[in-house]
Amino acid sequence: MTSPPLGFRETMLLGLAGLASFIGLWSFLSGSGIVPAQFLPGPLDVASRFIHLLTSPFAGATLPAHLASSFQRYAYGVLLAAAIGVPLGLLMGFFRLLDDIVTPIFDGLRFIAPIAWVPFAALWFGTGIGGPIMIIFAGAFPPCLINAYRGARFVEPRLIEAARMLGTPSSRMILEVLLPAAVPSIIAGLRVSAGLGWQSLVGAELIVAAAGVGFMMVQAQGSVQTPTVMAGMIAIGIVGMLIDILLRQGEGWLRRRRGLES
Amino acid sequence: MAPLVSRKTLIGGMTVIGLVALWFGLTTLTGLVTGARFPSPAEFWFSLKQINGRGYAGSTLASHAVHSLKLVLMGFTVAVMTGVPLGLWMGWSRRVEAFINPVFLIIRPIPPLAWIPLAILWLGLGDAAKILVIWFSAFVPSAINAFTGVRNIDKPVLEAARMLGTPRWRMVREVILPASLPMIFTGLRLSLQASWTTLVAAELVGALVGVGFVLNMAQQDIYPGMILVGMVTVGILGWATTVLLARIERRALAWNVAARD
Repeated sequence: MTSPPLGFRETMLLGLAGLASFIGLWSFLSGSGIVPAQFLPGPLDVASRFIHLLTSPFAGATLPAHLASSFQRYAYGVLLAAAIGVPLGLLMGFFRLLDDIVTPIFDGLRFIAPIAWVPFAALWFGTGIGGPIMIIFAGAFPPCLINAYRGARFVEPRLIEAARMLGTPSSRMILEVLLPAAVPSIIAGLRVSAGLGWQSLVGAELIVAAAGVGFMMVQAQGSVQTPTVMAGMIAIGIVGMLIDILLRQGEGWLRRRRGLES
Repeated sequence: MAPLVSRKTLIGGMTVIGLVALWFGLTTLTGLVTGARFPSPAEFWFSLKQINGRGYAGSTLASHAVHSLKLVLMGFTVAVMTGVPLGLWMGWSRRVEAFINPVFLIIRPIPPLAWIPLAILWLGLGDAAKILVIWFSAFVPSAINAFTGVRNIDKPVLEAARMLGTPRWRMVREVILPASLPMIFTGLRLSLQASWTTLVAAELVGALVGVGFVLNMAQQDIYPGMILVGMVTVGILGWATTVLLARIERRALAWNVAARD
């Protein structure tokens, strides 16, 4: 708290002024010809191209169709990352031997940017749907694993001791003690994963794909269609934002249901 | 009596040895994984020798690596020099925050990698386009964390400093900056990571030199040995810069008890 919060009106006015100067500067740069309109189309051009792309195809499909094929890969990749990362993380949190074995491998791979897997992904799974899924997986996997692991490791020891004293077998311990206790951490990890996965998807499609928004943008870049490139960026931004909002809602709902916040 | 090596190191070491043995076993010994899918240790070694001697994709591994490293450091520096001050300013002044936040909210959801085609359109395949994209991607984490750092400063600290009549400049230099430094470093770490991801992606999309370009050429030549060389290089560079940043952080935050463990 550095200065007292502004009133609602002042915040709105300043925010609008900020937006107006952003759009004004953008329009000025392209309209006045300081930057050639071919490279920086004005906001209206981009908006009209966006609407145009909704119905007429570019690079083989309309924008919604490109988005749909992107989203399909994305969903597979993130689900796969969650399906492997979360259980593995829980098991690592419970069995120390597994932890000691997996951690060095994981630490070694951690510093390789997910996007650097592109050549092997293309080689192993092709450029259709398999390759991009692997890249998304590489981007989304670490937070799934780390958060499930942390969630399981930092369960209150008393709970584990009580369960152990009552003779709970390992399988039930993981499913009925560690998993429920780790849920908030896991959900937070999934949200990070979802964001990173979406980023990786864009990267993957720029390099290897024959459909999808990223592919559309590369094609547009090749034929110097800047408005289409920018429309693609906007579409990617909107979908990414929707995913984040949905997951935030889900997280909030879950936390409320478990009485973690009111 | 404490054992000579900790259990962790022992199991970790055995894992690494086991993996290398598995690699050797699957490729060279049994041929279950063919060289067209994943290189054998010998093929990897051959690729490494080739790129270090004759060179690959236009130059040697060292010059590719140095080029990429240079671009990351330049983009990262530009991003930090702009992102951190803006974040601090937004944290300090509610007016600045209200003015900039909506623009931020619009631009932020666009993934950094999505700027690559636009950067190539604007600046071509050279270094300038890469620095621009790294700047865009590394700017946001720097700014956001600096902002959060200022906002999380204990109110009494600021009030005490203000009550003692601390002048503006000393306030920034001796109160605000040190107090938000732990958060700033968190931002820098994220920025560095983003810088590497973006650079590798940008070099894969279009470049004439750099580790990403090596990966790209190796992919086109279907040359698994060289792909592995490129990936290992990316990993080592990312690791080395992260370690360096952690060193700097430890030195800069030597006074901070919370960061010591």
